[in-house]
Amino acid sequence: MTVAPGAPGSVTSIADDVRSGRRSAASVLAEHHARIARAEADVHAFNLVLHDVATEAAAAVDEAIAAGRDPGRLAGVPIALKDNMCTRGIPTTCSSKILDGWKPPYNATVVSRLADAGAILVGKTNLDEFAMGSSTENSAFGPTKNPHDLAKVPGGSSGGSAAAVAAGFAAASLGSDTGGSIRQPASLCGLVGIKPTYGAVSRYGLIAFASSLDQIGPFTHSVEDAALVLEVISGHDPMDSTSIDAPPLNLVDAARLGVSDGVAGLRVGIVTELSGDGISADVLARVEVAADRLRAAGATVDRVSVPSTVLGLSAYYLIAPAEASSNLARFDGVRFGLRVSPASGGNVQDMMAATRAAGFGPEVKRRIMLGTYALSAGYYDAYYGQAQKVRTLIINDFKRAYESFDVLLTPTSPTTAFAFGAKTADPMTMYINDVCTIPSNLSGDPAISVPCGVGVDGMPVGVQLLGPALSEARLLRAAAVIEMGN
Amino acid sequence: MTNVDGPTDATKRRSLRRTDVVHVAGLARLALTDAEIDLYTADLASILGHAEDVASLDTTGVEPTAHPLPLVNVFRADVVRPSLDRDEVLAAAPGAAADQFQVPSILGVSA
Repeated sequence: MTVAPGAPGSVTSIADDVRSGRRSAASVLAEHHARIARAEADVHAFNLVLHDVATEAAAAVDEAIAAGRDPGRLAGVPIALKDNMCTRGIPTTCSSKILDGWKPPYNATVVSRLADAGAILVGKTNLDEFAMGSSTENSAFGPTKNPHDLAKVPGGSSGGSAAAVAAGFAAASLGSDTGGSIRQPASLCGLVGIKPTYGAVSRYGLIAFASSLDQIGPFTHSVEDAALVLEVISGHDPMDSTSIDAPPLNLVDAARLGVSDGVAGLRVGIVTELSGDGISADVLARVEVAADRLRAAGATVDRVSVPSTVLGLSAYYLIAPAEASSNLARFDGVRFGLRVSPASGGNVQDMMAATRAAGFGPEVKRRIMLGTYALSAGYYDAYYGQAQKVRTLIINDFKRAYESFDVLLTPTSPTTAFAFGAKTADPMTMYINDVCTIPSNLSGDPAISVPCGVGVDGMPVGVQLLGPALSEARLLRAAAVIEMGN
Repeated sequence: MTNVDGPTDATKRRSLRRTDVVHVAGLARLALTDAEIDLYTADLASILGHAEDVASLDTTGVEPTAHPLPLVNVFRADVVRPSLDRDEVLAAAPGAAADQFQVPSILGVSA
């Protein structure tokens, strides 16, 4: 069973129509609310659908138009937000029982930027608890289904954000990507997904998972839409000390240039280590198709070895849990969310241990345990310290590759969307889903997943383009070429 | 961090014991059940086994990377500005009294 996507309308067409008065923001929102009413019970993309707040925001956009003001570049565009980004007065759960019912006292910077651009927030989307997972099966509120086949996972951890766009509940959504949590669900749901350069998008108000890896980015149906949303949300923010103070990214023009002028002279490298063992044959075939499309548009394509990427998975599953064990220490029953007191009473430490035992799900506990162990006395150098050195090796290998290549091409996910329960028995089986996406989180470089046809099962396949820091424009131009062949 | 007494060879790294997991659960403030201790003893041993490729690598002369950006010492201007509203923040807490977070006894006997 699938959910018909309807005629969702692109981000750019909705914004153009609303800004020019051809459609009202209220009518656009009503169409999306109607689609949510029809299919959300089947898909479960949302932890919370916003009705009154969204209706008021749409009315404000329409009033601005009527008064002759420009509401912004995303005027009237319905957007869904992963439920690990803070929304003032609106519950923000991370799909965890430990934050159930908590209402943040402030907005994430991306939320303010979307609102300032006239976008309409339609809901908070489901995720693997605290963004830890690759299938959205780790949500405390139940899994999200893939709109292309409701018996399959949407990917994760931003599975709700991907499903919301794929099902036509929103024209775009935001996710967060720590090891592939935007790109993998984008691939499995047939969407464009971008993990921007580390520091390109403010993380103020994003509830931290692994602070040296996390980035916020968009899901959309098209490359040009992704470029527009990323232009709106990126840029320096004094509230995030890891925010890069760089000139604005000029992305929409780059995407259009790919369509009009191709990619003459672009040097594309297919990463040998990420395009062989463990990747299914039909996915590899789509990578070759993407390479052919780039060649036809003027690129040269060769193979390139980036040897230390094979260590990426192991390094990531030491670094990310270590940082998570530290970040998640704040959920202790003192300042927000759940508090559980042991039946026998006890002191504040007993309260904290009981709260965390009751509030965190199995995968979050597993990562906190792994990370605490990797950081503990006697093991720090052997695990966390070694993983940080591997990170240096991966960064150096990418630098070498970028001396000869402008962009790198890989699969996004080793397989198409899989069935519920297929990979939950053993943690490593699930973790391997991230093998192609993790290296760019470790290096901090940008990466994009763009749809490139379907696999033998008829499910969407995405291919991934990697580039050096702040090369988003280059990636979007090349992605537009791949998209044109669809 | 230097580990004078820490394990240095792969054999010691792999020998994760149930008592280690109990110790780590205490550090992590997680009141785990016996079944969870068993589960995570097996899971951590498996994951750390896979991480042996990283743990056993010769990284002589390689500097660690903590963070992908070459940023140091990001300061904001030393100017007083509004912060979060105290009443709003305390309203979200499980326990509050006299403009402060309220918690169980800190020095009391552990259950």
